Amino acid sequence: MDRQRDELIAQLRQVLPPDGLCTEASMLHAWECDGMSALRQVPWLVVLPQTTAHVQAVLRLCREHGIPVVARGAGTGLSGGAMPHERGVLLSLAKMNAILDIDPLACTARVQPGVRNLAVSEAARPHGLYYAPDPSSQIACTIGGNVAENSGGVHCLKYGLTVHNVMRVQLVTMDGYCLELGTETLDSPGYDLLALAVGSEGLLGVVTEVTLRLLPRPECSQLLLAAFDDVARAADAVGAIIAAGVIPAGLEMMDNPAIRAAEAFVHAGYPTDAAALLLCELDGPVADVIEQTGWVEAVLGKAGASEIRRARDETERALLWKGRKSAFPAVGRLAPDYYCMDGSIPRRRLADVLQGIAGLSQRYGLAVANVFHAGDGNLHPLILYDANQPDELARAEAFGADILGLCVQVGGSITGEHGVGVEKIDQMCLQFGAAELACFHAIKQAFDPDLLLNPGKAVPTLHRCAELGTMHVHAGQLPHAGLERF
Amino acid sequence: MPRLVDPEQDSDLGDRLCDRVAEAFAQRTPLRIVGGDTKAELGPAVCGEPLRVTGHRGIVDYQPGELVLTARAGTPLAQIEAELARHGQMLPFEPPRLGPGATLGGTIACNLSGPRRPWAGSARDHVLGCSLIDGRGQRMRFGGQVMKNVAGYDVSRLMAGASGTLGVLLDISLKVLPRPATEVTLALAIDAHAALERMQRLAAQPVPLSAACWLDGRLYLRFSGAPAAVAYHAGCVGGTEVAPDFWQSVNERSHSFFSDARPLWRLSLPTCAMQPDLDGDWLIDWGGARRWLLSDAPGQWVHERARRLGGHALRERGAGADNERMAATDPALLVLSRRLKQVFDPAGILNRGRMYREF
Ligand SMILES: Cc1cc2nc3c(=O)[nH]c(=O)nc-3n(C[C@H](O)[C@H](O)[C@H](O)COP(=O)(O)OP(=O)(O)OC[C@H]3O[C@@H](n4cnc5c(N)ncnc54)[C@H](O)[C@@H]3O)c2cc1C
Repeated sequence: MDRQRDELIAQLRQVLPPDGLCTEASMLHAWECDGMSALRQVPWLVVLPQTTAHVQAVLRLCREHGIPVVARGAGTGLSGGAMPHERGVLLSLAKMNAILDIDPLACTARVQPGVRNLAVSEAARPHGLYYAPDPSSQIACTIGGNVAENSGGVHCLKYGLTVHNVMRVQLVTMDGYCLELGTETLDSPGYDLLALAVGSEGLLGVVTEVTLRLLPRPECSQLLLAAFDDVARAADAVGAIIAAGVIPAGLEMMDNPAIRAAEAFVHAGYPTDAAALLLCELDGPVADVIEQTGWVEAVLGKAGASEIRRARDETERALLWKGRKSAFPAVGRLAPDYYCMDGSIPRRRLADVLQGIAGLSQRYGLAVANVFHAGDGNLHPLILYDANQPDELARAEAFGADILGLCVQVGGSITGEHGVGVEKIDQMCLQFGAAELACFHAIKQAFDPDLLLNPGKAVPTLHRCAELGTMHVHAGQLPHAGLERF
Repeated sequence: MPRLVDPEQDSDLGDRLCDRVAEAFAQRTPLRIVGGDTKAELGPAVCGEPLRVTGHRGIVDYQPGELVLTARAGTPLAQIEAELARHGQMLPFEPPRLGPGATLGGTIACNLSGPRRPWAGSARDHVLGCSLIDGRGQRMRFGGQVMKNVAGYDVSRLMAGASGTLGVLLDISLKVLPRPATEVTLALAIDAHAALERMQRLAAQPVPLSAACWLDGRLYLRFSGAPAAVAYHAGCVGGTEVAPDFWQSVNERSHSFFSDARPLWRLSLPTCAMQPDLDGDWLIDWGGARRWLLSDAPGQWVHERARRLGGHALRERGAGADNERMAATDPALLVLSRRLKQVFDPAGILNRGRMYREF
């Protein structure tokens, strides 16, 4: 029926093991979307390589045939980054899931891309080590996906993002070359191509091996919970803690709808009548933590917290974190659908932006629950809607786009950690000018001259932005439902 | 609110510098970007008309509560560090200045970090955003002034360590951190082998270490943090307390170790690599990750030993064949690097040859 597809399949069979290829229509649906489930596309065919050599062979073949390739880890991405291409190969790294080496002396882990984030810390635990970046999806998401998105987590303020914790990446480019980016040392010669590869959303190459930096588990951790009856006061408390010279390991905030949803979901013992809640974790040497706990409690008291609680033990600490880490699914139970946004702002604008979001919520007639990585100014408004109601999805999308516009307006970014993918490709036009976008396209071309890796994602064409620019002026908001996105 | 710390001297030369580069692009005039000119010796000499950026200076924005500082590239490092100190903060990567005129732009372009590097991260790790002039004279802005930002490729971190060959840095936003309440430096008399072992063991433990170096039969350890924790961990280590300016002498290369006629090599090795089998004098820094060697050993040997231990070497100073300064780059990486150079500097006018001999 489809000659090109049949031919490609025949050639792929020669370079892949028997279970390395999936072509059956009934099976292909399993890969039709990532965590951004509003965007769906059944893949043309799926390959499941087991070695770097398989990946190289697949990419070479696809390049010869001019076939697009989309890499995929666990598919937990929230911006449609792993959404398949209708005439492209979906390359799943799920079978490349071996931890190759944990070196307790060098404090490094060498892993394949399909290894789950949490599995690294579990394997390092017997050595008293762990891998610091901890996205809430860490049970499922893969290291390859983390590298592609430069993922963060609740401990990033103190320990950095993926880019700060990756030493070396093996990257296979579309022409089948296997590049070593970075080294297992602390400075690498030449241009920092590793910095470009991290966060490149699968557009520059396929990650086939990663060396991660591991850290010693802190001597002790203390989690504080503070409740506030005013959101702005909680936001100010965040700044006050940092101004006091303390860098918490984690500093998270939830608003009332998020608190109530999480409490109903995991029974963490959250104060459900609070307008906002802060979770502040301090870690380090025992003496440091004791001292800082005192300082932070004083700051929180002065900032007007209505309740300050210390996690009594490890069990309570884990439970309080579980509530926060389950916030997305918990909020998911409040409405048939939710739309998770991801903007970042200068921390001092937190209170203003929250107020802005509340105003937009009223204007669009859609409820919103807010969770943030408050310490680093990364917001996750969760917009509640019902896809079965006419125009609610469109309204949710417009609401989301306005929130991102607000983030850019106050000097922030349209994405703090979830990436641009397909979802935010239009908002890229708000954040960057023509020169920067042209530069991104040129970088892409340097790695992938035929533009076959994850095409149509992450960077909009100048043409598309120009078109949106005019429309933006006319409608007063970014129209983006139903329009093609490249 | 922008706050100009020194209105007498601060000035924005962005437009003028753009015009200069655009003109040079049109005429294919090679440019040598010059800040404080304190780092010229760190790499091959560059031929070209000097493009002076020291006039483009001033702290543009600094919000201690945000932990973010933005300054023009020509701002003296001394001015930035003094301003940070006034608010109890610091540049966590502890950059060496290598001369009184050191500027922020040169520091980032060379990606220079000091003794705290293994624990706090490198200069590159602290870059949040920058604006730059590319080799056509176009002004562009990447990253931002926020901690988290994954929109677009991370061009601002690519600029760190690119030695000005991909763009003229105009202004740079950095993450800054509070200064530790206390610091104590201790010295223990042990040999290099034992010191490496000790540094490794400490690195795998949750101790408030912020520098570790071995020189001349002594292991130097610095602890930073709250007084009680520092006192406790320093007590566990033992040794004798020494003055903290030891770190400055290593960082600034003013220590007598560095005044030697032999070629000076910088080896970057995995911390657990044993001492390479090379004759000469050693200074082990960064907890074992950076090893300075004064040696007359042939360049090829040094590169070969470093490579076999999973690292690489660079001759920072001293005579010898030019192609022995650094090890050969992997051909595929070289192709890609050349393409990137063409993306940012199609006419090849910015600091030509400073980074790669070929372009
Ligand atoms: C409940 C929930 C909570 C979340 N919490 C967080 C959070 O706290 N912080 C955070 O940052 N993110 C979070 N995320 C988002 C998501 O988990 C991360 O982006 C994660 O890194 C994606 O990993 P993945 O393996 O699922 O990648 P996928 O979704 O499969 O892919 C993501 C992108 O990476 C590319 N890719 C995947 N593997 C490779 C590879 N080997 N080589 C090249 N490109 C590749 C894909 O093409 C795609 O563009 C959350 C998601 C969910 C569903």
